[in-house]
Amino acid sequence: MTKQHANWSPYDNNGGSCVAIAGADYCVIAADTRMSTGYSILTRDYSKICKLADKCVMASSGFQADVKALQKLLAARHLIYQHQHNKQMSCPAMAQLLSNTLYYKRFFPYYSFNVVGGLDNEGKGCVYTYDAVGSYERVGYSSQGSGSTLIMPFLDNQLKSPSPLLLPAQDAVTPLSEAEAVDLVKTCFASATERDIYTGDKLEIVVLNKDGICREYMELRKD
Amino acid sequence: MFRNQYDTDVTTWSPAGRLFQVEYAMEAVKQGSAAIGLRSKTHVVLGCVNKANSELSSYQKKIFKVDDHIGVAIAGLTADGRVLSRYMRSECINYSFTYESPLPVGRLVVQLADKAQVCTQRSWKRPYGVGLLVAGLDETGAHLYYNCPSGNYFEYQAFAIGSRSQAAKTYLERRFENFVDSSREDLIKDALMAIRETLQGETLTSSICTVAVVGAGESFHILDQETVQKLIDSFEIAGGEEAPAAAPDSAAEGGAAAEQSGATDQGAADQGPAPMDI
Amino acid sequence: MESNQAKHGLVGPNDPIQRTQYPYVTGTSVVALKYKDGILMAADMGGSYGSTLRYKGVERMKPIGKHSLLGASGEISDFQEILRYLDELILYDNMWDDGNSLGPKELHSYLTRVMYNRRNKFDPLWNSLVLGGVKNGQKYLGMVSMIGVNFEDDHVATGFGNHLARPILRDEWHENLSYEDGVKLLEKCMRVLLYRDRSAVNKLQIAKITEEGVTISQPYSLKTFWGFSAFENPTVGAEGSW
Repeated sequence: MTKQHANWSPYDNNGGSCVAIAGADYCVIAADTRMSTGYSILTRDYSKICKLADKCVMASSGFQADVKALQKLLAARHLIYQHQHNKQMSCPAMAQLLSNTLYYKRFFPYYSFNVVGGLDNEGKGCVYTYDAVGSYERVGYSSQGSGSTLIMPFLDNQLKSPSPLLLPAQDAVTPLSEAEAVDLVKTCFASATERDIYTGDKLEIVVLNKDGICREYMELRKD
Repeated sequence: MFRNQYDTDVTTWSPAGRLFQVEYAMEAVKQGSAAIGLRSKTHVVLGCVNKANSELSSYQKKIFKVDDHIGVAIAGLTADGRVLSRYMRSECINYSFTYESPLPVGRLVVQLADKAQVCTQRSWKRPYGVGLLVAGLDETGAHLYYNCPSGNYFEYQAFAIGSRSQAAKTYLERRFENFVDSSREDLIKDALMAIRETLQGETLTSSICTVAVVGAGESFHILDQETVQKLIDSFEIAGGEEAPAAAPDSAAEGGAAAEQSGATDQGAADQGPAPMDI
Repeated sequence: MESNQAKHGLVGPNDPIQRTQYPYVTGTSVVALKYKDGILMAADMGGSYGSTLRYKGVERMKPIGKHSLLGASGEISDFQEILRYLDELILYDNMWDDGNSLGPKELHSYLTRVMYNRRNKFDPLWNSLVLGGVKNGQKYLGMVSMIGVNFEDDHVATGFGNHLARPILRDEWHENLSYEDGVKLLEKCMRVLLYRDRSAVNKLQIAKITEEGVTISQPYSLKTFWGFSAFENPTVGAEGSW
């Protein structure tokens, strides 16, 4: 028998897009629920959003198995933190922990593209955006995943955040109201779904504000 | 003078078949301030007496959350208790990392008992000097276990450990038959009553005790002082001056001695029943 | 001798590290769905050695403990190794004898860990696994791939099944399928696979798991009709090609 080398890769890209927008006293985190491999859809209802702490939520796309391992690791670390400190981890602390966790596997990376959204210690919205090996930055809004090339420039255009090069540093949070931000996110995904085959099926939106956390869904194209 | 020849290390048997070092460790449990636990079909309540070492110091924490579904109350060497609860916490985290479901209480208790047992069989180790009341909930219902330094463990409807715990045990023994169907509130009330029994006439206040609950639809948590004080007030169980219902303390202490034979009396030690039989 | 050792460097002994770099004997699709009382699962019994049909009676669905059912496509020997792991796991679970038991959710999570750990060691178990089960009135159906990708759904299918069977399932599946309708739907899927997947064979089993336990059917075959014109003359209407 001629051996057909069915070569395998330890990685897969299961697609999906994530968006997070920070406001003065809220944060919106959203992701679609489609999970694909190649041209096939594996499932139409898989949540990419993970609550890491009371005021900290992560949306991740990329390789689902790595994403899941990462989520479980952070959840375990957060439990240990709670046992030791008797409180929830703050969003900036969790953001740093995620960076360290990703960098720890620098030479066999978690193939995951994350945005973390939440409220900082002053109750202000915060968004952190990452690459797969842990470099990260606090921003006012961000997008990651297969549709990010379509969504990010649209957000740049709509939100017109002050340049990070300005001195003195300008506040990066968006001037939008919470409802406007949610609408903008819906528009982003409706548009990305038109052109990105890995984005679709359903949109999951998580809103964090001083009243707590709430979740809503919007149907997207299923083709 | 007579000197016990068989108590210098844990691995030496006495001719009567006892391990004195292990029994001493169990004595350490009795020295610690009292901890009690009781359970119904759906809930378990743990309680303990907070005793400060000196007027100037605060008390040591004696109830620990292990996971959402498990908690412990300890009596004895608090330092050992902290080490063991840290072990239990990491076991719970590891289990739920693998199976995405909570570790069954009974299994954790066996692992804990096995860990304690190892210390009774190694010459270079020392038994843990702490008793643990483990409260938890799993798919088979609510559970209360007592883990002993000897590596023994027992499941209870209600139990008390630590100094003057006999008074609380007497109280619990009189009432335990009703606990199965008790409401959460009644369970807490009985916990407070049992704690009061150990106080030797001191007034029961929220600053002197800690109460924790775990049950169906309620993850393990320690009640805050305010809540406990309100409960004490509403139950009108502060008590204190009026004679407690249980036997006088001297008799209670005697009862404890009869049951568990204070092994410190070295001359007569070999004659008493082995306390590991409890 | 010394130079020979130096050549092999730190790894040491001359024998190379053995890893599954490609599968030898493989099973094709598994299809499963939730129905009114539990889970139904179907798989054929072929074991392919490349394109040779090497084995014709491979059981690719097995009960695991009291509440779960495991189906596998991919390397048969790896599947049988997984069954040995699970046998031991269930044995130790039963030995506690404390009224607690691992359900399908726990097993799915465990299997995900096993598959993902092996891929982390660059030594994967070459399977797609389907795990179904019912415990305490809760139905469960999930999948794990050879690199640890895992999810739950109302219906799942591995390999070719994901291309050919799932579109049918998306059309026709609903929450309240009766047992008979569920079996009919699975047979429809298996028939399409038989027609279009060259490694599928016409000898299959259907397994059922409910609160009462697992039953796996005796092997049987589907009625087929090869008289469709597209089967008889596949190139008709394809003028201009050869």
